[in-house]
Amino acid sequence: MKLILHIWRQPGPKAPGRMERFDLDGISEHMSFLEMLDLLNEKLTAEGKEPIAFDSDCREGICGMCSLVINGVPHGPEKGTTVCQLHMRHFRDGQEIWIEPWRAKPFPIVKDLVVDRSSMDRVMAAGGYVSVNAGSAPDANSVLVGKDTAEQAFEAAACIGCGACVAACKNASGMLFVAAKVSHLGLLPQGREERMRRVRRMVEAMDQEGFGNCTNQYECEATCPKEIPVAFIARMNRDFLKAALFSS
Amino acid sequence: MKLDSKIPGGPLETKWERHRFEMKLINPANKRKHRILVVGSGLAGASAAATLAELGYEVDCFCFQDSPRRAHSIAAQGGINAAKNYQNDGDSVWRLFYDTVKGGDFRSREANVYRLAEVSNNIIDQCAAMGVPFAREYGGTLANRSFGGAQVSRTFYARGQTGQQLLLGCYSALMRQVAAGKVRLHVRMEMLDLVVIDGTARGIVTRNLCDGKIESWAGDAVVLGTGGYVNVFFLSTNAMGCNVTAAWRAHRRGALFANPCYTQIHPTCIPQSGEFQSKLTLMSESLRNDGRVWVPAEAGDTRPPHRIPEEERDYFLERKYPSFGNLAPRDIASRSAKEACDAGKGVGPEVGGQRRGVYLDFADAIARLGREEIAGRYGNLFQMYERITGEDPYSVPMRIYPAPHYSMGGLWVDYNLMSNLPGLHVIGEANFSDHGANRLGASALMQGLADGYFVLPYTIGHFLATHRLEPVSTDHPEFRRIEAEVSERTRKLLAVEGTRSVDSFHMELGTLLWNQCGMSRTKEGLEEALTRIPAIREEFWENVRVPGEGEDFNQSLEKAGRVADFLEFAELMCLDALERNESCGGHFREEYQTEEGEALRDDEHFCHVAVWEFRGVGERPLRHVEELEFENVKLSIRSYK
Repeated sequence: MKLILHIWRQPGPKAPGRMERFDLDGISEHMSFLEMLDLLNEKLTAEGKEPIAFDSDCREGICGMCSLVINGVPHGPEKGTTVCQLHMRHFRDGQEIWIEPWRAKPFPIVKDLVVDRSSMDRVMAAGGYVSVNAGSAPDANSVLVGKDTAEQAFEAAACIGCGACVAACKNASGMLFVAAKVSHLGLLPQGREERMRRVRRMVEAMDQEGFGNCTNQYECEATCPKEIPVAFIARMNRDFLKAALFSS
Repeated sequence: MKLDSKIPGGPLETKWERHRFEMKLINPANKRKHRILVVGSGLAGASAAATLAELGYEVDCFCFQDSPRRAHSIAAQGGINAAKNYQNDGDSVWRLFYDTVKGGDFRSREANVYRLAEVSNNIIDQCAAMGVPFAREYGGTLANRSFGGAQVSRTFYARGQTGQQLLLGCYSALMRQVAAGKVRLHVRMEMLDLVVIDGTARGIVTRNLCDGKIESWAGDAVVLGTGGYVNVFFLSTNAMGCNVTAAWRAHRRGALFANPCYTQIHPTCIPQSGEFQSKLTLMSESLRNDGRVWVPAEAGDTRPPHRIPEEERDYFLERKYPSFGNLAPRDIASRSAKEACDAGKGVGPEVGGQRRGVYLDFADAIARLGREEIAGRYGNLFQMYERITGEDPYSVPMRIYPAPHYSMGGLWVDYNLMSNLPGLHVIGEANFSDHGANRLGASALMQGLADGYFVLPYTIGHFLATHRLEPVSTDHPEFRRIEAEVSERTRKLLAVEGTRSVDSFHMELGTLLWNQCGMSRTKEGLEEALTRIPAIREEFWENVRVPGEGEDFNQSLEKAGRVADFLEFAELMCLDALERNESCGGHFREEYQTEEGEALRDDEHFCHVAVWEFRGVGERPLRHVEELEFENVKLSIRSYK
């Protein structure tokens, strides 16, 4: 396959960026999208040019490191798929493809397609945990968790923290990400004690980091590689309201 | 050199308990006077960093990814073992200990493995309390499944994402301590050297991957939780960034390396589809609970699987190992698949002139349990398979082939998880001690968390309480000296300005190792590898092209540094394989096998840990030996028939 690629190049956080065109030949339909970029980078290196910086690590859809917007869609056209699991068989020979980084205020660009997502770590630090020190846990079976509750909590816990939801949102809202953590821990009996405190602090941190608000466009759910439903945002809003009303 | 494993005396069952009592403690008020540097944020690193901070120590935690949550532990799928005996099927601490020692082909330390089995139950309690969404029964209790090498059901799991959920548990504990001001987090920061002052590990030198700044960090102890080295094979199930650099740099500074030839080739990975491939994807071993492994009985049979009738199929694991069947341990399952493919019975496309694949078939399980039940157990794995191969495993049998997955070898540590360099502690996959020559499924998560939550936090206190450490700051001339060395190496990599890319060297090395030091090894092959590796290394330093600059975000430079270290490490791995004149676990030397083709151990001469001392690049390292003493288990031929 042969493709025409337009890729965002930006030498550093403060430097201006621009789209650059590359014509790439010799692509196999079995390649993953990132292997296609590897091929381009090998070519650029051979030509004495600087390769394109992009993030990836596990390349099996679980670490959440890869972060490309393909033709305007975070993680590209396949539903429920990270860009590292996207294969070239979903593209046509000769197609033109635009590749950009996550674009959102809380994700400043580091270089080319690489962004800084430490804002998400700081939101997690604000309350995305159960306060239990190592050694103080009771026997695991002493706290029962119904299968349905466990399944629902799991659905929220599946979030890989990639930030596609933020990149997809016109408001750069982090609500799906935060709601996933708030719901995962809030649903389980182990996380219930801190439920109100957690939701208040995480929402506060999210606002401070410059994430926007939710205006119910559901772009986040549509692009989430783990297909986390927006129903969790409603759940978080209920928790937040309760916390605001009933705790001091 | 005398290697003191510091294994406490007395009966196996009480060693750890007594040792915990005998270890010196640090007054809670004094803990904050000690700074501990933890490198790596996977299960071992993150759990250690969080737990040490909970205890009151000041902690710095470093990772090369953009967030500690991305560490490669996240990709572990199947599960975590514990001796809870919740299934009432006869499990016990002793049985988990025995299965693990036997699974490791009697090449691990009894005392370490027993301790691992002992704390396994605390891990499950801890993780459940932190909100890890383990699989549950309708009644609300925890569910279990079976895994290779065991006949009891003791594996706890969270769908096919157990590693992710456990890591997010540690990560949340870590972030809690970051918020509390007890852990300083350093992301996109790679350790490039260890600083040893007066024989004690006192700090590290890092490169900031965003701006290239070389920095020093001083502390009272250094903890490496930097993972394994199977990316040396280029194609492996590891993440792209996994590397041996931290461990290798520590080795070059005097830390001993143990059993580097013990690598695990995982049987259930998606076969390679072409030359361009950047990594191999693992499918959880739990699939072997319900999937049946087979190949066509006749070599060269290229009919599609549904056209091959039952009697013309060879369910080779069930045939060769009737009592464990498809759940035979990893090394055995991998080798059997290779044998079948080498005999021309492989399936799938030809890559490099051979069909490398065997079927993993769910048709019987779907008929027995229904599609819905199978989807509930393995849905996400089936989806992943379909995404990568474009084939639907509900209707066409999966194709699988072994791939490098885990390294049992690692830096040598004593019972306290401390290397021979005082102050340098090594945890998780980066150390060597618990899995012997083969790791059983669902044991890696157990070991990483055991080390980080329940072993190191005790033993590091003992180290700090019993060693008088002079205060050291990064102004010490040794830090300056090593910073200069690190900068010089970076400059050298950029200055070569040759014609070949870093990846091309990595691929060349990986192919060589896969052929000569992979699933089966021979004296001739290893000798050939040992002559070719120095030549590749030499060419690398003369002809590699690393574009870009040092004071910038430069991924080619990051990779170049890691591959340069793999090029040194690979030689040690082959040498270790050559010197170990026996077969055991994942180390299979063709010269040493039984008539039935099983690994033939030589307990008389090789019931020991091979421990290597660095003497310079290209210099022959010194081989030391730590004898393994088995007082509680009888050395036997590992049989899964």
